[in-house]
Amino acid sequence: MDELITLDYGSGGKKTSRLISGEILPRFSNSALGELGDGAVLPGAAELVFSTDSFVVDPLFFPGGDIGKLAVCGTVNDIAMCGGEAKYLSLSLIIEEGLPRETLGRVLDSVKRAADAAGVIVATGDTKVVERAHGDGLYINTAGIGFLRHPGLSPRNMREGDVVILSGTAGDHGAAVMLARGGLLEAGDAVRSDCAALCALAEALLCSGAEVRCLRDPTRGGVATTLCEFAESSGLGIELRESEIPVRPAVRAACALLGLDALYCANEGKMLAVVSAETADRALEAMRATETGKDSAVIGRVSGADGRVVLRTESGGGRILQKLAGAQLPRIC
Amino acid sequence: MPCSELRLMEVCGTHTMAIARGGLKSLFPEGVRLISGPGCPVCVTPPEVIDAVLELSMVPGVVVATYGDLVRVPGSARGDSLARRRALGAEVLVVYSPMDAVDWALEHPQREVVFLGAGFETTAPGTAAAILDAQARGAGNFSVFSLLKRVEPALRALIASEGFNVQGFLCPGHVASITGAESFRFLPEEYGLPAVVAGFEPGDILGAVRRLAELACSGRAELENRYGRAVSAGGNALALEAIERVFRPRRDIWRGLGEIEDSGLGIRPEFARHDAERRFGVAVSPARGESACRCGEVITGRTEPRDCPMFGGVCTPEDPLGPCMVSSEGACAAAYKYEGV
Repeated sequence: MDELITLDYGSGGKKTSRLISGEILPRFSNSALGELGDGAVLPGAAELVFSTDSFVVDPLFFPGGDIGKLAVCGTVNDIAMCGGEAKYLSLSLIIEEGLPRETLGRVLDSVKRAADAAGVIVATGDTKVVERAHGDGLYINTAGIGFLRHPGLSPRNMREGDVVILSGTAGDHGAAVMLARGGLLEAGDAVRSDCAALCALAEALLCSGAEVRCLRDPTRGGVATTLCEFAESSGLGIELRESEIPVRPAVRAACALLGLDALYCANEGKMLAVVSAETADRALEAMRATETGKDSAVIGRVSGADGRVVLRTESGGGRILQKLAGAQLPRIC
Repeated sequence: MPCSELRLMEVCGTHTMAIARGGLKSLFPEGVRLISGPGCPVCVTPPEVIDAVLELSMVPGVVVATYGDLVRVPGSARGDSLARRRALGAEVLVVYSPMDAVDWALEHPQREVVFLGAGFETTAPGTAAAILDAQARGAGNFSVFSLLKRVEPALRALIASEGFNVQGFLCPGHVASITGAESFRFLPEEYGLPAVVAGFEPGDILGAVRRLAELACSGRAELENRYGRAVSAGGNALALEAIERVFRPRRDIWRGLGEIEDSGLGIRPEFARHDAERRFGVAVSPARGESACRCGEVITGRTEPRDCPMFGGVCTPEDPLGPCMVSSEGACAAAYKYEGV
């Protein structure tokens, strides 16, 4: 049967990895791309960080954010996770015929607010309109360029005994969007997207003097998939304690209702950091002093060389976490 | 039966998943093995019915509304699923509730919305309510393809099947909240098997398994309701009334168990307008060819996911051979995702 691109290929899990390694890397492989980080470090007079991301969220507006804020934060965060300071963004809009201009205006206002807050300017852009039913209202692509301030971050630097820190509660964005899509969420509800720029948080950590091995924002595929990527790149194992992973009670309940797992739900304003055990306290202190990192917590440790992510559950059992397989789908009952 | 070799069965996909997610197997009393029975609604739906769904999805004007679990389930041809049909142009709407499908039908009067009513007695009342709602609001373009199944006839068929070797049942709390704890009384009284109705928190499950093991070990065939905060003896009268009003039991096909009398819920003739099988003349024909998939054996407790030669190699959640690997509640998906290969 001919292989088709189904929605699963966009889930950020194994199928996405397979698409990248099967179709993209063989054609465009180079040292900047091959690292497969959130962005690429570009050699030159000044070292640059370059990243791009496309945003296709349904609904366009959800509690805690909207596609415009997401499009800025997503790319700014990818640059920040590489140790870069984001400076310039491109903004490409693919608009479906029939989108109310007022809606577009609200999205662009949100882009502006988010860009100002993150200290980036929209330096270039593009607009296309596609026929009705050929797009989901509005798609946005942003690309960003930043200056490399903290070189050398990579999961390959991880060592046994290192500590894994998560900057706050897991799964907020994914749970909020899933609920909003089903009309199950109202303004003022406890489940909200965590959509936020992470530049101040990353900068605070990287300037704290802590020995930081790597950073990543666990977007699609969630905390579990990102940690699997860390384990895969480093060849080391990671042991997590479920009781130490912050999850909002409302998100936990929403996940139970929809048959989702908060560890696999997307985050749009959270950072995973691996730091040396000796400097973990300093790292935590620096992260907790920022607005987006005030709920930071140590959630696990880097263990021996087996490349597996193991979760010690609250009830005392153990289970292996794998990358997300296909998109998370709400279940029957 | 020595107590060191107890085989107990859970017959609820949410139990299967909660056990795997909590890593609870390592915490069960020594010698107790929990087998996943036919408790996942997606898994018990046979490939020939999925084929009929796929065919229906290609009918011009038809929009298939479904719970997310069914989107990736393959029919009798490997890789052919609603996800693939959607990529080929079929319109597939993932809904959280059948009521959403009724709303969508009212907003799109020129389309034919077919809701895939999968599940057991737990989802049957909601599906019945959607049909009643569609009738009341004049949504003539809303119909249901009923894949609904009843737990009791399947358990009876399972117990009567060759090689059945289970010493007690962990009864499904969600189904029991509708049908009542007493609806499982037949297990101890007619078959001499202890039965414990259980909730879904790790503590609920561990406590219920322990109690079930004690009962089985001491040869006491009793029914115990340990999920009293949600399950009454007689069940939910309003929900049962809705099921009775809209559906009637019919002979149905189960993956792994074959045809079982009165094990499905068909839509009563007075609601023919909302019955997709009647509206579209849906015909379920026998599945093509033999499949290497052993889901049928897995859901009847005769094979454990790991013992299937396809598990983890040929059959994975990304490229599943059968529904047990697809559904978030499937025994194979639970074993793969949470226990590792």
